Amino acid sequence: MRPSGWQVMAGILMNSIYAMKNYPMVMVNTVLSPLSFLTVITFVSKGQLIGEAIEGGFIMSMFQAGMSLQGDLSHFKNDFKLQDMVVSSPSSPVAYVAGMAIGEVIYSVPALAVLVVLAEIYLNPGLVGALELLAVLLLMFLTSVTLGFTLSTFSSDIIQSFAFSRLISTLFSTLPPVYYPISYVPLPFRYFAYLSPTTYAAEIAQNATGLVQLSSETLATAWIVLGAVSISLLLISIKKARWRDV
Amino acid sequence: MASGLDCDSLTKVYSGSKGRRALDGVSFNLPSKGVFSLIGMNGAGKTTLVRILATQLQPTAGRASIDGLDVMKDAKKLRDRIACVPQEARTAPFMTAKQTVLSYLLWRGVGYREASTKAVEALSMVGLQNQVNELNRKLSGGTRRKVLVATVLSSDADIIFLDEPTTGLDPISRRELWKLLTNLARDRFLILTTHYLEEAEELANAIGILHRGKLVGLGTLDQLRASVRYQYSLMLSPGQEPPPVREGEVTTGGAGQTQILTNETEAQEISKSLLEKGTRFSLSRVSLDDIFFHIVHGGSEEDSQP
Repeated sequence: MRPSGWQVMAGILMNSIYAMKNYPMVMVNTVLSPLSFLTVITFVSKGQLIGEAIEGGFIMSMFQAGMSLQGDLSHFKNDFKLQDMVVSSPSSPVAYVAGMAIGEVIYSVPALAVLVVLAEIYLNPGLVGALELLAVLLLMFLTSVTLGFTLSTFSSDIIQSFAFSRLISTLFSTLPPVYYPISYVPLPFRYFAYLSPTTYAAEIAQNATGLVQLSSETLATAWIVLGAVSISLLLISIKKARWRDV
Repeated sequence: MASGLDCDSLTKVYSGSKGRRALDGVSFNLPSKGVFSLIGMNGAGKTTLVRILATQLQPTAGRASIDGLDVMKDAKKLRDRIACVPQEARTAPFMTAKQTVLSYLLWRGVGYREASTKAVEALSMVGLQNQVNELNRKLSGGTRRKVLVATVLSSDADIIFLDEPTTGLDPISRRELWKLLTNLARDRFLILTTHYLEEAEELANAIGILHRGKLVGLGTLDQLRASVRYQYSLMLSPGQEPPPVREGEVTTGGAGQTQILTNETEAQEISKSLLEKGTRFSLSRVSLDDIFFHIVHGGSEEDSQP
């Protein structure tokens, strides 16, 4: 393996495997969070929205992975001074963030595994639908990771960082119509829902599995918005994120 | 570009500091071998200087290089050669000692199997061979500090920054670490900051004294000693009457002991007269403590804790 591969592995080990191995209890939270909303929505809708709720669970898992990355990077940077140690080494910011980000996804694996099983039973998306769903989730992950990394480089303490993380997570993955169709949201509030990229991700996912039927224009708009947000955040994170302090 | 460690008008002003210079035009050059120790009071600029040299912080003005590699322009090349344990670095409580060192080596691009072997070797070097698989949270504060030192020891970096490496260690562990650092400095360049002046005195080939962002002293212990007014120190036990001193400074400490700082000729004369009177005393060359207080506060000990 190339040195950059080992550098990525360091992030994965530190940010997920070691904690999961040494403190297995930490996995319970990552499973409970997306599945609890799924359960509530399914019960309240008497099972009618289970498909949307499963897709919402996927989107929330991906988005929360990025938000957790923000908190964890900030924690490692400010409390352990890990980022300073890594800056003064042959490692690169890309390897550092990639390893840490993949670590967050690995944390979510137990929840994702349950969701995959549920998706197979209740959604059965087919190959094209599954690929479309995968693409949306990867874009969602890229969006939240770049946002998380940028915010982490600016936060100076863990309290501020976790507060940010919870706020953004609530604004983007809990309040918007991620676990149910946007048609359930009263019209004046629907405009606010469209301020969140997760709304577009949910629409694409619901369309991919036949839960809603979007016009080609609406679908194209959703992809363009989601892509533009992801690319913009990626460019901002590359430009603004600080590896070396100023 | 000069070889060794070279700083030229290095200045740092942090944003929001109302223009206060954390580093103020620091310039020096010294060989990049052995141990270079930075001493100074809290806020003197030690950590700022180390962070700039370790490529973690951008200077506001000036430039610095190590062996011709500029800390800004050649950071990528320099990072292949450096390793650093920052001042407030902590081990992650959910990791074991071995996992801490191993993951650091992976960050440096070392393969897993080699990293695993080196991690155990480095932990053994700092005396932690029996705590390799212990969770960091179960280790004492001093032992966790040793784990962090083991991370940089395990690397192949030949320029090592240690920001207050022995803080929190008990006196025996500290001396064990000194021995280790002395061995390490045979083929590597160590830059360390410390609050323990006896540590700098024991380890350093060169000592830099920072005060309010300025470099106010630099050299070997002998060179620093030669730069101050008095080079000899006589200590009289409590209750002993100090003799008349023609040239020097006489101070009485809180415990009643008297210190006389003076030059070589005067020290010889005072010693002779004390011996004739049968007075108990000790004679030594001035310590780094004395030099530090003299350089930083012109001999006044007020407000001078390094």
